[in-house]
Amino acid sequence: MSYTNPPTVPRKSHTFDDYTLSEIRRAATTGIYDIRGAGAKRKVPHFDDLLFLGASMSRYPLEGYRERCDTDVVLGSRHAKKPLHLKIPITIAGMSFGSLSANAKEALGRGATIAGTSTTTGDGGMSPEERGQSKTLVYQYLPSRYGMNPEDLLKADAIEIVIGQGAKPGGGGMLLGQKITDRVAAMRTLPKGIDQRSASRHPDWTGPDDLEIKILELREITDWQKPIFVKVGGARPYYDVALAVKSGADVIVVDGMQGGTAATQEVFIENVGMPTLACIRPAVQALQDLGMHRKVQLIISGGIRNGGDVAKALALGADAVSIGTAALVALGDNDPTHEAEYEKLGTTAGAYDDWHEGKDPAGITTQDPELMARLDPVLAGRRLANYLKVMTLEAQTIARACGHNHLHNLEPEDLCALTVEAAAMARVPLAGTDWIPGRDRL
Amino acid sequence: MPTVDLAATELRALNQALHELSDGTNESRWEIVNPRGSHAVAVGVNAPVEIDIRGSLGYYCAGMNRRAKITVHGSVGPGVAENMMSGEVVVKGDASQYAGATGQGGLLVIEGNASSRCGISMKGIDIVVRGNIGHMSAFMAQAGHLVVCGNAGDALGDSIYEAKLFVRGSVKSLGADCIEKPMRPEHIEVVAKLLDRAGITDIKAQEFRRYGSARKLYNFNIDHADAYG
Repeated sequence: MSYTNPPTVPRKSHTFDDYTLSEIRRAATTGIYDIRGAGAKRKVPHFDDLLFLGASMSRYPLEGYRERCDTDVVLGSRHAKKPLHLKIPITIAGMSFGSLSANAKEALGRGATIAGTSTTTGDGGMSPEERGQSKTLVYQYLPSRYGMNPEDLLKADAIEIVIGQGAKPGGGGMLLGQKITDRVAAMRTLPKGIDQRSASRHPDWTGPDDLEIKILELREITDWQKPIFVKVGGARPYYDVALAVKSGADVIVVDGMQGGTAATQEVFIENVGMPTLACIRPAVQALQDLGMHRKVQLIISGGIRNGGDVAKALALGADAVSIGTAALVALGDNDPTHEAEYEKLGTTAGAYDDWHEGKDPAGITTQDPELMARLDPVLAGRRLANYLKVMTLEAQTIARACGHNHLHNLEPEDLCALTVEAAAMARVPLAGTDWIPGRDRL
Repeated sequence: MPTVDLAATELRALNQALHELSDGTNESRWEIVNPRGSHAVAVGVNAPVEIDIRGSLGYYCAGMNRRAKITVHGSVGPGVAENMMSGEVVVKGDASQYAGATGQGGLLVIEGNASSRCGISMKGIDIVVRGNIGHMSAFMAQAGHLVVCGNAGDALGDSIYEAKLFVRGSVKSLGADCIEKPMRPEHIEVVAKLLDRAGITDIKAQEFRRYGSARKLYNFNIDHADAYG
């Protein structure tokens, strides 16, 4: 028997994987960081790592389709004369006209209205299409103040002061020149075609003491009628929520790192902020410690995809959730019917995230009139409404199985975790045990 | 003429009363006394009325003003006339930070000095400051005119877009992408008109220098990365 040198299988590095190598080559060629849309794509502990226990000997279930399981939520009851009354606890997150086409904004308004929920403006002001088709519209108050004016403020049903978002806590908005058309430019008081990098801090206040006065001003301007939301990126949820309560917020939105953005540096999206799952319990804890849980409402966003996720977020203490990326997918974003065009753009359906380039084959993240015309706002709105209804039905199914007659009656005791990490973050026991890692330190 | 004593009247009641004013109201002149440094006084007004405030104020006086002429016979805290759309706000004393921030229209006159970030992110407002302005003024200023009869602090006009800045005195330093530009006759005319509207008669428009955007940061270029700081 003779021995030769046996060949080894070529081995690629985990550290320098194909994506990493391609990114190094891309950076070396172009001299600019990679910009893209959407949220974190890396795998992080998420709602998939939690399970509901369902009813058993100690709890009895409610009959599916027969016994009631309510889904309504009131947002803004702390100070506002006119809080929002929504049929479902799933709202549409802020996305700007500019990053999205006018048809897409209209479709979001239509879908939300049919489903009985709210939609939200973005960094670029309120468009007539959106206001016209949205029964309940939340008007974002952002550092850039693009398109901010008292007339639209008074037309809004609520005001959301944006301090940060999950995809980029600490980062400002970004809309590159390709999408700054005449109309977008006019709404933002900017020259056409320039790269628009919004400020990351508000221009006229800094810190929670100032924010308290800013909220007072907005309440005075609107005669204390409109709920005031404060939105933060998932960074320091316990302290951010506590400070937002102190500042006088009616509603607090906490957006985890899977939450999407129209355009930001890849390195920012993937390396700054915390997973949504890790944000909820500290946020709820802050409200509970201040005696404000259910008095100041908590909206959780970032990677909500189905009724299971909705139910889990609510079980952990949220009053409602918000969706952005999933809503765009419901409209038609990344749909495989456009695969040939995605391939021409060097990507594939499901991975397309160059939203900043304005070439979206689905007509959603674009200002190109031809592409935009592909999206029928009525049909797309109907699709979104269907999706919202399905999510609600799914969440109700789970809640009934856990014996609850309202989604808000879901509780952490309905859950267990599949991983130690998820158990620690969600503060529920590891499946089959009574072990909540870190419980003794709370 | 209605006189509102803020020592005896809730802020909410004052602002509500001002919001209920309509065009052609007989109550076209208001006086507010004893403001005692209150925040958010006379915010969101939308009527062609004149409001005189006797005393100094806190944050956001005259915020989001539309059409009213509001005169403060004292000094103001941060964010006076923030996001003003139209009308006129006159401050007889000094102004703190962010005066006229994000304003989209109207005229803000500060007869004393303004602190840092005066005209930050301005979007069409005209601001005339009789005295000096602090650092980082006109940061990311998009549109409108800032006329400063005194001196400007550090980093004037950092990351400026299309706003036009005019300073009569010294500029401690210019911010990224802000450069001095020639004063042409049309600029002298603009400054002269604004000085006139501000009631400043002892200073000549020809004494100002003009600053604005070099427009080098409008589209990202890696070779300009140092300018992004």
